[in-house]
Formats: sequence, C-alpha cells, structure tokens
Amino acid sequence: MSGIHLLTLLTVLPLVGAAIALVAGKHARAVALITSLASLALALVVWTQLPANGSIGLIEQHSWASSLGIEYYLGVDALGALMLVLSAIVTLMSVDAAHRVHHQPGLYFALVLTLEAGLFGSFTALNFFHWFLFWELCLIPAFFLIKLWGGARRGPAATQFFIYTMAGSAALLVAFLAIFVSAGSMDFPHLTLLASTGELEEIVTAHLGPVMPWLAIGVLAGFAVKVPMFPFHTWLPAAYAEAPSPVTMLLTGAMSKMGVYGLLRIALPLFGHQIAQMRTPLLVLAVATIVMGAWAAAAQKDLKRIFAYLSVNHLGYCLLGIFALAVPAAGAGIDTAALASQAAALNGVILQMFNHGITAAALFWFVAMMQQRTGGHRGIDQFGGLRKPAPVLAGLMGIALFSSLGMPGLNSFPGEFLIFRGAFPLAWVAASVSILGLLVTAAVILTVIQKVFTGPVPEHCVGFPDLHHGERMALAPVIGLMFLVGLLPSLITESVNPTVMNLLAHWRF
Amino acid sequence: MFSILHPNSVSLLAWTIYLSFAGALVQVLLPKGRNGLARWLALAVAVAGLALAVQGFVAGMGQGRVTLVDLPWVPSMGIHFLLAADGISRVLVLLTGLAAVAGVLFSWNIELRTNEFFAFFLALIGAVYGVFLSFDFFLLFVFYEIAIVPKYFLIAIWGSTRREYAAMKLVIYSFAGSAMVLIGLLAAYATAGSHSTGLIELAHAGLPVSFQMGCFPLIFTGFAILAGMWPFHTWAPTGHVAAPTAASMLLAGVVMKLGAYGCLRVGIALFPRGLDPWGFSFIGIGSWRDVFAVLAVIGIVYGALVALAQTDFKFVIGYSSVSHMGFVLLGLMTLNQIGVTGAVLQMFSHGIIAGLLFAIVGRIVYDRTHTRQLAELETMHLSRRLPFAAWAFVVAGIASIGMPGFSGFVAELQVLVGAWKVNPWWVLTAGIGIVVGVAYIWRALQKAFFSDLLPSAHVLEEEHGHHFSAITWPEVTGVVLLAGVSLFVGLWPRILLDTIEPAVKTLLAGGGQ
Repeated sequence: MSGIHLLTLLTVLPLVGAAIALVAGKHARAVALITSLASLALALVVWTQLPANGSIGLIEQHSWASSLGIEYYLGVDALGALMLVLSAIVTLMSVDAAHRVHHQPGLYFALVLTLEAGLFGSFTALNFFHWFLFWELCLIPAFFLIKLWGGARRGPAATQFFIYTMAGSAALLVAFLAIFVSAGSMDFPHLTLLASTGELEEIVTAHLGPVMPWLAIGVLAGFAVKVPMFPFHTWLPAAYAEAPSPVTMLLTGAMSKMGVYGLLRIALPLFGHQIAQMRTPLLVLAVATIVMGAWAAAAQKDLKRIFAYLSVNHLGYCLLGIFALAVPAAGAGIDTAALASQAAALNGVILQMFNHGITAAALFWFVAMMQQRTGGHRGIDQFGGLRKPAPVLAGLMGIALFSSLGMPGLNSFPGEFLIFRGAFPLAWVAASVSILGLLVTAAVILTVIQKVFTGPVPEHCVGFPDLHHGERMALAPVIGLMFLVGLLPSLITESVNPTVMNLLAHWRF
Repeated sequence: MFSILHPNSVSLLAWTIYLSFAGALVQVLLPKGRNGLARWLALAVAVAGLALAVQGFVAGMGQGRVTLVDLPWVPSMGIHFLLAADGISRVLVLLTGLAAVAGVLFSWNIELRTNEFFAFFLALIGAVYGVFLSFDFFLLFVFYEIAIVPKYFLIAIWGSTRREYAAMKLVIYSFAGSAMVLIGLLAAYATAGSHSTGLIELAHAGLPVSFQMGCFPLIFTGFAILAGMWPFHTWAPTGHVAAPTAASMLLAGVVMKLGAYGCLRVGIALFPRGLDPWGFSFIGIGSWRDVFAVLAVIGIVYGALVALAQTDFKFVIGYSSVSHMGFVLLGLMTLNQIGVTGAVLQMFSHGIIAGLLFAIVGRIVYDRTHTRQLAELETMHLSRRLPFAAWAFVVAGIASIGMPGFSGFVAELQVLVGAWKVNPWWVLTAGIGIVVGVAYIWRALQKAFFSDLLPSAHVLEEEHGHHFSAITWPEVTGVVLLAGVSLFVGLWPRILLDTIEPAVKTLLAGGGQ
C-alpha cells in the first residue's frame, strides 16, 4: 500500500464527490451516499494499515513553502485513524438522515462532503499550517449549512458559531506564529520532540521572553471553544438547535472531536508542562462542564437543546480525563502506577471520543426522524406515548438513550469507566464529583424516555408512522456498533493502547 | 465459555447467565401476538437456568471457590471476564433460579406485550446471575448496572399505583448507590495501585486500615441502599407496590439480595478492617459495625411497625421486606461465623418467602379482586371464595413470622444467636420486630381472608352473580414450589448450611474470598 498515497486519496475523495454533487442536482444525495461509503471503506483500510508499535504511519511529506516552515505533511496513528473512521461513519449517517433536502440539494451535499474532507485533513495533518487550513476549511461549510438550511433563528446562531470559533482560531494562530518565530518549525512531531526535552520552552523564552504560559492559554482557548469547555460553550446550544438535525449530527459527532483531538495532538505534546501547572483550574472547568452540562440539559424543553447540553456533558468527561492525566512531574524516574492511570484515562478519553460521536449523532438522527413525522415538532412536551404507534423507533432510540446514559453493555460505558478509573488516582475530588454528575444525566435521560415514549399520545402524534424498512436497515449497523463496542471494547483499545503509550512517552508534564 | 467441554461440573453455572440473556434476545425477536409461545419459552429458559443452578449447587458441594471462566476482556487495562462461584454464590444462584421459575409462573396471565415483558424479565435474571458469579470489579459493576434498567421498564410499563414515580425513584436510588460503590472501589484500586480489576487481587492488596475505615461506609451504604437499609429504604415499598407481581417477586426476592451480597462480598470481604473500633464511642456506638447494626435493628422494628399500619395489602408485604432484610444486615454485622451464615441463609429464605407473599397478594388475590385495600378485601369473604389463596397465605405467613419448620426460623435464629454474642441489646430490640411481625401477618390474614364483617349488598350481589376465575395450574405450581422449598430448607437446613458455612469461614478468615 505504500505506493498509494492513502491519506491524500482519502482527503481528495470527498472533494471530488463534492464537485460532482454540486452539478448532480436531485441525484446529489446518491452521489454523497456513494462518496461517503467509499470514504468509510478507505478509512477502514487506513485503520488496518497502522504500525503495530503505535507510532505515526502512512507518512507523506513534501515541501510546500519551506521558508515559512510550511509542509504538506500527513500521517496517522491509532488516534488519528480512529477519528477518520468516526468522521466517515458520522458523515454517512448524516447523509443518510438528510433525505428531505428540497432547497438546493446539490450545494447542500457538496458542503457536507467538503466538511468531511476538512475533517479528514485536520485529523491527518502533521504540520501546523496544513492542519490549520483544514481546521478552517471545516468552519466554512458548517457556517453555510447552518446559515442556509437552519431553523428560524439560524442567522444569529450561525454568526455566533462562526465568531466564537474564529476567535479561537485566531488565538491558535498567534500562538503558533510565536512558536514558528522561535523554533523555526511547524511540524508537530518535531515540535513534540523539542517539547519533550524541555528545549521548546527554552527556545521560546530565549526569543520572546516568558510567554510560554500565555501561548498555552491561547492554544487551550482555541480548542476549548471547539469542544466546548465551560464557559466557552455558549455558542453551542443555539448552533446545535438551529442547524438542521443532519448537520447537528456532523457538528456534534465529528467536529466537536476536532477540539479534543487538538488537545491531544497539539496542546498536551507542546504545552504539557504549562498545562500541568494550570491543572487545578482546568480540572475545575472540566467538572463544571460536566455538571453544568447535565443541569442545563435538565432545564431544557427542546429535544435538540437537551441533547446539545448532554453533548457538552459527555465531552466534559474527555476533558476530565485529559486534565487529570496532566500530572506535574514529581521528579526523575517513571512512576509506573501513575503511568498506568494516565494510560487508562487516555484510553478512556479516546474511546469516549469515538463513542460520543456515534451516540450523539444517532440521537440527533432520531430527532430528525421525529421532526419529519410531525412537521417539525421537537419539544419534549409535544410528544407522548410514542411506543404505542412506533415501537421500533422507541426501542432503538431507547437503546441510543441508554448508550448516552452510560449503560454497561453499550458503547459509552467502557470509555467512561476507563476515564474514571484513570482519573480517580490522579484527581480524586474531580472524579468523584463527576461520577455524581452521572446521576443528573441519568435523571435527564429517563425523563426524556418517560415523556416521549409513555403517557397519552397527543393529537398530532396519532398515526405517527413507525420506522420504515429503509430506516431500520440504516440504523441497524449503528445500533449494532453500540453493542459491539460495549461488549468488546478491546476491538478499539487494543489498537489504541500502543498509541496511548507512545503519546504518553513523549509528553512532558 | 468453553465450560461445556466439562459437563457435570460447577463451571456450567456460567451458562445460567448466557442462557438468560439469549432467552431475552429471542423474546425481543418473537413476532407479536405469540403470547403462548413467549410464556413457554420464558418458562423453559427459567427452568433450564434452575436446572443449571441445581446442578452447579450439587456438583459444588464440598468445594471451595471454583473459577468458571477467566478470559482477558480488555487486556491492556487488566480487565478480565472472570466468573467464579463459592458456596455463597452457589446458594444465591439457586435462589435466583427458583425466583425466576416462580416469577414466570406468576406472570402467566400477562397479556400486554408479553414477549417484551419476558425479555426484560430474563435480562434482569441474567444480570442477577451475573452479579452473583462475578469476581472482577468491572464485570460485577456491569451486571449490577444492567440489573437496574429492566426493573425500570417492568415497573414503568406493566406497573400500577404511581408507577412512573416509583420506577424513577427506584432507578435514581439504585444509581446513587452504585455511584457510591464506584467511587469507593476506584479509590480502593487507586490506593492499592493495582493494575488488574480482580476482586481477589484487591483482597490481598493489604489496604491501609485508615483507608478501609474511610471507604467501608461508602461502599457498604452504596450496596445497602439496594438491600433496603433504613433510612435509605424508601424506594423499596413504593417500588414493590408499583411493580407487576413478578417484578415485585424479583425485587424482594433477588434484587434486594444483590445489595446484601455486595455488602458481604465487596464491603466486608475487601474492607474487613473498616469495621474496627474507632477508638472512641458515642452513645455506645464505637465503630461502623455498631452504626450499621443499629440501622439494621431500626429497620427491623420500623419496617414491622409501619407494615402494621398499612391499609394496602401489598404495602404490608413491602414493608415486611424492609424488616426481614434488616435481619440480613444485622447478621452481616455480627462478623461471626454463625451470624453471617444466618444472614446468607436469610437472604435465601426471604427471597423464597417474600416471593410467595407477593405472588399471593399481587397475582392470586389482586388480579381477581382488583383491589388491595384491606378494608375492601374485608368484605369479600375471600377465605370462602378463594380458599386456595387463604391457605397459601396461611402457610406463607407462618413461614414469614419465623415458625420452626420453615426456612425463616433457622435463618433468623442464627442471626440472633450470632448477634447475641456481640450485643444482646440488638437481639432484644430486634425481638420487638419479631413480635410485631406476628401481629402484622395476623392482622393482614384476618382482614384479607378471615374477616367476620358482613359483606355489603353490592358484594353479595356480585358474589351471587359471578365467581372469581378459578385458580390456574401455574399459580398452584408456583405456590407449591416456593412453599415446598421453604419447608424443605426449614426441615433440613444442613442442605444449604453445609455449602454456606465453609464459604463464610474462608471469607471471614480474611483469605479475602
């Protein structure tokens, strides 16, 4: 396979699909379906081609603008490859869910596929400039998808989303310019090596003075907006609620992972030491993200807003794991017990990224189906007793809801368990409070189940059609995946663990 | 998983779990309207599970802990799919098998979404088997959590009296308890610095005494919530009453035992020094052991007194469960051979007797009279119109009050003897509970079945107009099975004690498990 530029091919494929979709008119969805299926197949091939030792493989490196340290530099380890697979799955789900786009379907699906290419690019890039290009590239289709196909208050929502993320991007850009000016490189692997010996901090300090903590804050802010982390989350409920549900699936399922991925690929490797110094306030923010997310979800009446806040809550567990493992180095030598905990937490974080993507996308898919059937209703009080007219929908959505709740046997549980298992020895107060946060999540999800599936059936839900054959076939693999990962998490962890050890070996706290 | 290769060994017990979950899956896939098929299938699965449980029990006699399955599950994280069974597990698996068969028999008249009902039922049974057989913390937690969800649906869909409130309350209490357990165990593994999640490794980790003292109450309380420990018992009566009959039987019969089992297997076995004296005492309470023993005794007396005041027949039985589970917790807190053995036997005994009582009240009586109000039942002359129910309740009531000859007597006596050795005051106070226990059973029996009140004109008319539907064979079979087991164990307690005693001895000796 080495002769084929697999990762380039993967990124180009959706772009080609996008170009075809643009001119395909009413066949645009078919084009998008085929493209996203092919992309998924290719992403799975990438997953099988990873180096066994957990390092970065499938590397492609070409000079681009060498005076600026800009290179075309691609490669993936298990973390990147898992995100590729996730992006491909979520895009496929989103295209599948969007079968009622009447207004300019060509443009719609072209934007969706461009977004997919942006995701692929940003999960494979190893040079800052290259990565930043794709990071921004994702933003533009997402903006237009909200702006042109969104709900009633889509304008402000899209603008708010755009401005927040752009502000985050600006912070990232400034931080990296500072690094380039000092270190003369934008390559992540090179900078990671420099940082792992402490050299990076020395160089930057020598050039620019003691600005390293400020650069760390800038980078963290950029990613915190994307994840999002409390208090940078305020753009999210509006964007998720106003975006058409298939687009929300992409936003929450794949794009939110760009933030967590950025923390793991860029923030921790380069600024691990600075992050470890700020660990306590960051843990407080992570716990606030978890607890506030759950409480805010409990206060909502709109299904999309409930699931939006639950997304905040679930990604908060990723933040908890990440900041918990950034333990300030105690001294020389390796503390094996701490390393085992860090490895558990990081495995958990990566597993949770994947699982949240699948589960959250599935939940918004169900909302899309419910909206279609009732002419756009999505208030929790506007539904009731759906298990009578639509037992299959109720059953499958129930499984997705229980997955979100963290039910053992379903996908989210192993990830959350590993995060807690790893975080507890490293930050027991934060982990304990977060575990209690699970109770609020449970209450929210059970309330959704009670209100939507049981009780009297309101008038506009009489004759609510159950899932038809095509929808069942489309959902079956997703639900199957939830059980598969829940029962055999080792399918993912055994491939991810070498990468986890490799990452931890290069991080300096 | 490969245990089928060694038939006639204890390791077949693992199949109780697989079989129940497979049964649940088949039920889900069953076409609608095939209610008869769903019932017989559920019965077949339950009976097969019971047969495996009996086989495992017999094959395991005289053996210590037997490992059933040990497969790496998440190897890089040290998580194993580790099932094992010692004497305590084998007895409780046997109880689960019996409760499952009886539960199916008393659900024979479920017509609403029958296959789904049995799917949740069998999933619950499978999870309960799983908890009793897990020796890996991750796996134990998985089964413990899985057990919560079917309970929710059984109550919320097929329940009565404020079912949604009761279902939600039960689930929130359960989750709160398991969150406490999770925090406690994560802390324990963090302190031990252990890579694996095995329970046995943790038992040998030698956790510091001060840590054990801090962690024990958290874990014990977390589990004891599900065992109905006062003052965290309030989910139990509402849950029992709202639940459909089979679910009440399972709730009282086996789910509350999950809590008590966790208290013993995890709380006492892994944190034995957590029960050491604090070094000071306050109004006679000088250790966590005293605290929980006192709560247990309060539960015994309080449950009995509240049961005496109920107007709803099912609430009487619901509170009686709180009272009887108090004996289990008291037995555990004796920390001596006889008391803890008694506690395990009481888990078994109460599982059988409470199941029988709920079956009579919820299925045999309520499904015919459509009321559980003692005041209304008083006018119905049930002893004449439902003689089978009346006699079944007499037998169950006698077993419940601890009459010699039934299992409850041996169990509670052992608990009291064990407790006497530690603190006679506990026994004297618990004695009040026993006396009140006789009173509330007597009162319920009197009011529900043998009342002298003249029936009202309306009821007389109804009585001449139509009769209650005849008692069906599943009801008779179920009553005979449960009453028979209680009598059998009461007359020949050694059959269980010989298996429980060595396991308790090993556990208390600090060999961990």
